[in-house]
Amino acid sequence: MERYFNKDIETASRETMQALQNERLAATVKRVYDNVEYYRNKMDDLGLTPDDIKTTDDLKKLPFLSKDDLRDAYPFGLLATDMKNCVRIQSTSGTTGRRVVAFYTQNDIDLWDECCARALTAAGADANDVVQVSYGYGLFTGGMGLNGGSHKVGCLTLPMSSGNTDRQIQFMTDLGATVLCCTPSYASYLGECVEEKGVKDQLKLKAGIFGAEAWTEEMRRDIEKKLGLKAFDIYGLTEISGPGVAFECSEQTGMHINEDHFIAEIINPETGEVLPEGEKGELVFTSISKEAFPLLRYRTRDICVLSRKKCSCGRTLIKMAKPMGRSDDMLIVKGVNVFPSQIEMVLLNKGLTSNYQIVVDRVGSSDKLEVLVEMTPEIFSDTVNAISEKEQEIIEALKSVLGIYAKVRIVEPKSIVRSEGKAVRVIDKRHLY
Amino acid sequence: MAIKQLSIFVENKAGKIVEVTELLAKNNIDLRALSIADTQDYGILRTIVDDTEKAKSVLEENGSVYKVTEVIGVEIPDVPGGMSKVMRILSDNGVNIEYVYAFISRSKEFAYVVMRVRDNEKAEKILTDNGINLVDENEISDI
Ligand SMILES: [Zn+2]
Repeated sequence: MERYFNKDIETASRETMQALQNERLAATVKRVYDNVEYYRNKMDDLGLTPDDIKTTDDLKKLPFLSKDDLRDAYPFGLLATDMKNCVRIQSTSGTTGRRVVAFYTQNDIDLWDECCARALTAAGADANDVVQVSYGYGLFTGGMGLNGGSHKVGCLTLPMSSGNTDRQIQFMTDLGATVLCCTPSYASYLGECVEEKGVKDQLKLKAGIFGAEAWTEEMRRDIEKKLGLKAFDIYGLTEISGPGVAFECSEQTGMHINEDHFIAEIINPETGEVLPEGEKGELVFTSISKEAFPLLRYRTRDICVLSRKKCSCGRTLIKMAKPMGRSDDMLIVKGVNVFPSQIEMVLLNKGLTSNYQIVVDRVGSSDKLEVLVEMTPEIFSDTVNAISEKEQEIIEALKSVLGIYAKVRIVEPKSIVRSEGKAVRVIDKRHLY
Repeated sequence: MAIKQLSIFVENKAGKIVEVTELLAKNNIDLRALSIADTQDYGILRTIVDDTEKAKSVLEENGSVYKVTEVIGVEIPDVPGGMSKVMRILSDNGVNIEYVYAFISRSKEFAYVVMRVRDNEKAEKILTDNGINLVDENEISDI
């Protein structure tokens, strides 16, 4: 029996949802027009007034908002309410330039927590569960979001944060954690450590919610096997609220978007044209319930597909496919678009670990792509010839997927640096000079 | 008769091979024979040790990737031509050697050769039939 955290919303008819979206969108547009100079100027420039935006069909009249716009507005430029109403900020882990700071009122936190509660419930959690939150806490939204969601469901929450793997495994076994929330790369690492310690039979895990990073179906199967759980994907971004913008259900074929709070569009990233359902393009979100930091038509740079196909879980919320790549992650090597997720898929299919690193360099005027991957007992052999053959197979598989040559370098196990939060997948040395 | 050899994956970086040999030494594991096959990026350290089981658990603990391979050991008089005689016998009988390495004992007048072939039993029979002495694991350990 499928459980829902908010059945009325999660299984609402299209008409009900549409009406709710129209109402909330119109109200949000009016509010940001009145309160935020940035939006008012943009709309005035286009000759738009809040009255022009009555339904979700009118959304396309509004201009897009990019990450750069958010950085330019740092820190208070897009704040839509008085500071005294705000109770918290979260921030992106921007490595370069200015960060993005998102503000939250208590209502904003509550709705975010509910989104995470829906995700946990869809993964099978209820008040009897013990939820181990091993996402980082702090400015990063992962820990705070799932922590709040877990409280809302009434689960016993273990606010582990990331890191200290021995302690993670000790709490996991001693306290009988049933749900694990962390990044997929950390889940995979925990899985390896559990195998090494031989404590898998002491685990009580049944579900895991893994997000904040690109991961593949192969990686999902690998984590499910190592930790003995069902792995659910979750999607979110700090700019929009945090994890829980969309979440996976038991069908594991994409993530239901919490449409009562976030309207999704898919656009052609080159032209900005809105694409029909089912077509691949850049995901754009408009948050329609948020008070402090509502964003209109925010370009996520995630490439994906939306689907309204009926889902076996009974939810009517629109589904988004796992993003096929993030244009932030996308590398252009020798003029070809390369997504780390494509490389990961090839490596896992060839029996290698999901721990890898992509190094791009420029030698003379030509780009060089190198993939570092850790040796596994499965592909090791005691002759150089046999290892070279395997290497060659990987090189060819990569070439057929990427369309360009990548050098493969096999390195010692556990030698690729794993941060216990996000994995460092790409080193682009071309930016150094 | 076959001898258990450990093949260990090491990166071809300064100090990596020493790390492995020191790790074994620290655990009182004695290396009886050692050879390295390497490429620009990595190497395979092949070694015969006095206590294979213990070495396995040390490597396991260290997170090393390794394999146990059965190789054959041959005793060769330590005189010019001793080695080629053995190679000639195998070659004449159609046995392909994947790799070979030699080591000399401290006390005896023999050299020893470790060989990896596809079919151990066949090679062992050919060598024995031709009057070549094979050495087993215990003998190697006693060297
Ligand atoms: Zn569903």
